[in-house]
Amino acid sequence: MSSVELKKVEKHFSGGVVAVDAIDLDVPDGAFVTLLGPSGCGKTTTLRMVAGLETPTGGEIRIKGQRVNETPIHQRNLGMVFQNYALFPHKSIFDNVAFGLKYRKVSKSDIAARVKQALDIVRLPGVEERFPTQLSGGQQQRIALARALVIEPDVLLLDEPLSALDANLREEMRGEIKAIQQRIGVTAIFVTHDQGEALAMSDLVVVMNKGRIEQRGAPAEVYEHPRSEFVANFLGNANFVSGTVAAVNGKRVSVVLADGARIDVADSARAVEMGEAVNVIVRAEKIELGGGGLAGTIAAVDYLGSTARYDVTLAGGQKVTALATIRDGARRVGEAVSLAIAAEHCRIL
Amino acid sequence: MSMAAARQPGEGRIGWALLRLWSIAVYLFMFAPIVVVILLAFNSSRSGAFPMEGFSLQWFGKLFANQSIVDAFKTSLILAGTSGALATVIGIMAALALVRYSFKGKEGIQTFLSLPLLMPEVVMGVALLMFLKFISMPRSFAVLLLGHTILSLPYVVLVVQARLVGLRASYEEAAWTLGANRLQTFFEVTLPLISPAIVGGFLFAATLSFDNITATLFWKKPGIETVPTKIFAMLRTSISPEINALGAVMIVITILLPLIGGYMVRRFAKTK
Ligand SMILES: Nc1ncnc2c1ncn2[C@@H]1O[C@H](COP(=O)(O)OP(=O)(O)OP(=O)(O)O)[C@@H](O)[C@H]1O
Ligand SMILES: [Mg+2]
Repeated sequence: MSSVELKKVEKHFSGGVVAVDAIDLDVPDGAFVTLLGPSGCGKTTTLRMVAGLETPTGGEIRIKGQRVNETPIHQRNLGMVFQNYALFPHKSIFDNVAFGLKYRKVSKSDIAARVKQALDIVRLPGVEERFPTQLSGGQQQRIALARALVIEPDVLLLDEPLSALDANLREEMRGEIKAIQQRIGVTAIFVTHDQGEALAMSDLVVVMNKGRIEQRGAPAEVYEHPRSEFVANFLGNANFVSGTVAAVNGKRVSVVLADGARIDVADSARAVEMGEAVNVIVRAEKIELGGGGLAGTIAAVDYLGSTARYDVTLAGGQKVTALATIRDGARRVGEAVSLAIAAEHCRIL
Repeated sequence: MSMAAARQPGEGRIGWALLRLWSIAVYLFMFAPIVVVILLAFNSSRSGAFPMEGFSLQWFGKLFANQSIVDAFKTSLILAGTSGALATVIGIMAALALVRYSFKGKEGIQTFLSLPLLMPEVVMGVALLMFLKFISMPRSFAVLLLGHTILSLPYVVLVVQARLVGLRASYEEAAWTLGANRLQTFFEVTLPLISPAIVGGFLFAATLSFDNITATLFWKKPGIETVPTKIFAMLRTSISPEINALGAVMIVITILLPLIGGYMVRRFAKTK
């Protein structure tokens, strides 16, 4: 069953801004869905419409099968986690977490028990008496999560909850949020512009661009089989190598570059014709240095520790980026290299 | 600048000395009259002027024995308290509307609300008087109350508005998503978070009302006196030492009240 359904939902702001442009989305019960996209693509607006914090200018939003367009926010039973935590600074941690229970006819003793349980879930027992400013950023975000979960929401909404944390903590919290979500089985919609977060946490990744959904699918599917250049580019370091179709054999296509070098594509996403100009898409980490058919020179090196990012100028002048594991020292600028690209890692869109 | 100072160290020093002298003169000019009033309030001489002849509390005693002065005090305190409270309640609502909601004519209302700030008080005084005459309503305490509320409203709006702008909407939004309706959210979240501004705004408004004389002279019913109008009336006959004592009390109240308020706000903020 779908937990949340969006049907042709749109949001126009005054001044002609189309923040969300007729999107359709089904969030299955218990799923972890990520809205992923660049800044300004409408992720937050979409989430806020589900929460009731923005009113859609068109379309229908259903939660558990019920249309909620007209339901006021405080009757929607949703848990929301904000980027800046939004813990009430004048209330103790106990009162913060208990806040939602006060409006739900829960007895005093049950409130205490459920607050304790929620704090245990986020692994912060015993902080009831403290105030938000007496906790670290990561701890505050855990409390915000506890506050949202304690009301047993129909859907958990998270708007970039990790972006205010430092890198190490972010990775830790990422795993923790996912684990808690799975344990409780709550449906979650998570907004982020970080592809790493999206790929690591989600059951379903929804890539958005300019108020529309570009592609949706399991993380591996969206990553391995991008259906548009935008998705390929946004999800990781895609190279676009332009050439001309020289041979077509079913889905197998050979593309010849300007310098005469050839790239084979195992699985073209669309039918192409002989002589057609196309872009071959290949991810940086799929390009191997050494022992291939493409000749080039290293133009720049980014040393990243265990790997290095190489900007390589091909013989015909095109530039590609390769991400390679370092074995016996990184290569140097000016060094001549040959590149190998396996046919199954190349795509034509 | 530092180079010039290095070349002519003497000039810099003289400049600083002059600046210091100037500052002292300014402060003297500002505070000497206040100090004089307070000093003379304790003077035992009948003249109400220098020289000091001896220390005495008799003028304060006389002050509180004078029923008309005590009445003026009562009027002033009630007026300051009620007009301050009224301005605070209206001001909070106006500030909330201006900051948290968008509606037609918002700019206009914003300007309108700050108009009493810019308008000369005499004009305000006459305007309200003419209006009352137009609707044939006699001058009364209620008119005074209304007038003082209008005069201090913009200050409350400004103070509360500044606080609200600095307060992220996500606190209120979080409360809504957790199940609190608008009213519950206002009392549980918004009000406590803007309470320092409310206390500040109220004290500001009350002090303004307590101090006001120009507009009060236009609005008050003959026979009703506030402390400032009472002093004004007393001055017309003579400068009596009682006036100094009254002035001293006024000074203490108008300085102490905001100080206490500021302290309370800080205490409040700390315990949170
Ligand atoms: N209240 C508003 N009034 C007018 N335009 C708005 C409003 N809120 C958002 N927008 C516009 O709608 C578009 C989508 O905004 P939104 O906040 O949903 O983006 P986002 O995907 O969350 O971006 P980010 O990653 O930067 O948070 C943007 O162009 C933004 O400028
Ligand atoms: Mg956003």
